[in-house]
Amino acid sequence: MPRVKPTRKSTWVDMAPMCDVAFLLLTFFMLTSNFTAKEPVQVTTPSSISEIKIPETNTMKIEVDKDGKVFFGIDGQARRIKMLQKIAKAYNITFTNDELKQFSLVPSFGVPIEKLKLYLSLSSAERDLKENAVGIPSDTANNQFKAWVQAARAMSREEDVVKDKSLIIAIKADQATPFPKIKAVMNTLQDIQENKYNLITSLEKAPENL
Amino acid sequence: MSEINTEGKGGGKKGKAKKLSTRVDFTPMVDLGFLLITFFMLTTSMIKPQTMEIAMPSKDKVKDDQQTTLKNSLAITIVLGKNNKVFYYNGTEIKGVAPKIETSNYSPSGIRKMLLDRNSEVMTQVKKLKLQKENKEISEDTLKVRVMREKSVKTAPVVLIKATDDSSYKNLVDVLDEMMICNIGKYAIVDITPKDLEWIKDLNN
Repeated sequence: MPRVKPTRKSTWVDMAPMCDVAFLLLTFFMLTSNFTAKEPVQVTTPSSISEIKIPETNTMKIEVDKDGKVFFGIDGQARRIKMLQKIAKAYNITFTNDELKQFSLVPSFGVPIEKLKLYLSLSSAERDLKENAVGIPSDTANNQFKAWVQAARAMSREEDVVKDKSLIIAIKADQATPFPKIKAVMNTLQDIQENKYNLITSLEKAPENL
Repeated sequence: MSEINTEGKGGGKKGKAKKLSTRVDFTPMVDLGFLLITFFMLTTSMIKPQTMEIAMPSKDKVKDDQQTTLKNSLAITIVLGKNNKVFYYNGTEIKGVAPKIETSNYSPSGIRKMLLDRNSEVMTQVKKLKLQKENKEISEDTLKVRVMREKSVKTAPVVLIKATDDSSYKNLVDVLDEMMICNIGKYAIVDITPKDLEWIKDLNN
């Protein structure tokens, strides 16, 4: 009897189905994802049982870090430009087209208006440096924060009156922020008749059987 | 890559036209796919942040005749102290006698228990409504409307939240959270008065 020669099987694996799966997942992630906007400061929000989700668009975002520094941002690139133009008029500063464009790409910033020009000339890595996250002045003597909120509101009202009604002011503050700092922000908003706003919190499980 | 060549390279069979395999090696493409997936998974946030809606009173002065006075028995004042301390008292001072100040904390057995006790009437009603919702007797919308109505009954307690300068933002959110848990419909964040500070001075250290 002749020796049975074991047939050599090819080890070729067809990668096509795996490729299909990979790209299917990729498509899924691309469609469902919304990028985390870069924030100038790290903020740990307190938790609450509230389950209301904040909309992605049409929000004014105010961030307060634990030292009470205030950061401000609004969504939509065209709206950011319009807002900056309003502020520029109020403070008698002119911004070049390039600076306007740079500003439209900044999701949230925290520099006084006098330093904004300098800030916009920096590269995005330099903007993240600690010394460039000084916060918007919000004390009573020089309340630029108030001016920004007013500018954003005026811009939104001009753009679309109906949409303006649903413009949300969201405050994202660090849980360790001392209350007086928060109070200052709230008082400023109250001064300009912005009495309804949202506090961003992280989710906590609601207690059951009370 | 995914194949180990089993045949000798370029071995024999010279002269015959080489049949090129139409098989394409997909391995690099899979690599690329997974690399991108990893990237998207890491850069995205699937969860949207939660928010808590609050409405502050408008700063316009309310005319005296439009002001409503609050019944002493319904008022609860919560004072947020330093180092996560919290105090509460019922009503206000009567004929110069300060109300009894109680010390409490943010745990379920602390301020929540007190609020639940005080608000038990509303709580039982809300519980009933929720049960009805579970049994599909009423819809989600009716539940919301009816809970709102229950919350604003005249006999429900009114909570005044006063935060001292030593308290933190977390304390404030925690207290607002308790309002939601205990179904308290009427509450307000109010400026602290010198009297309140005087009353809690000894306890707040």
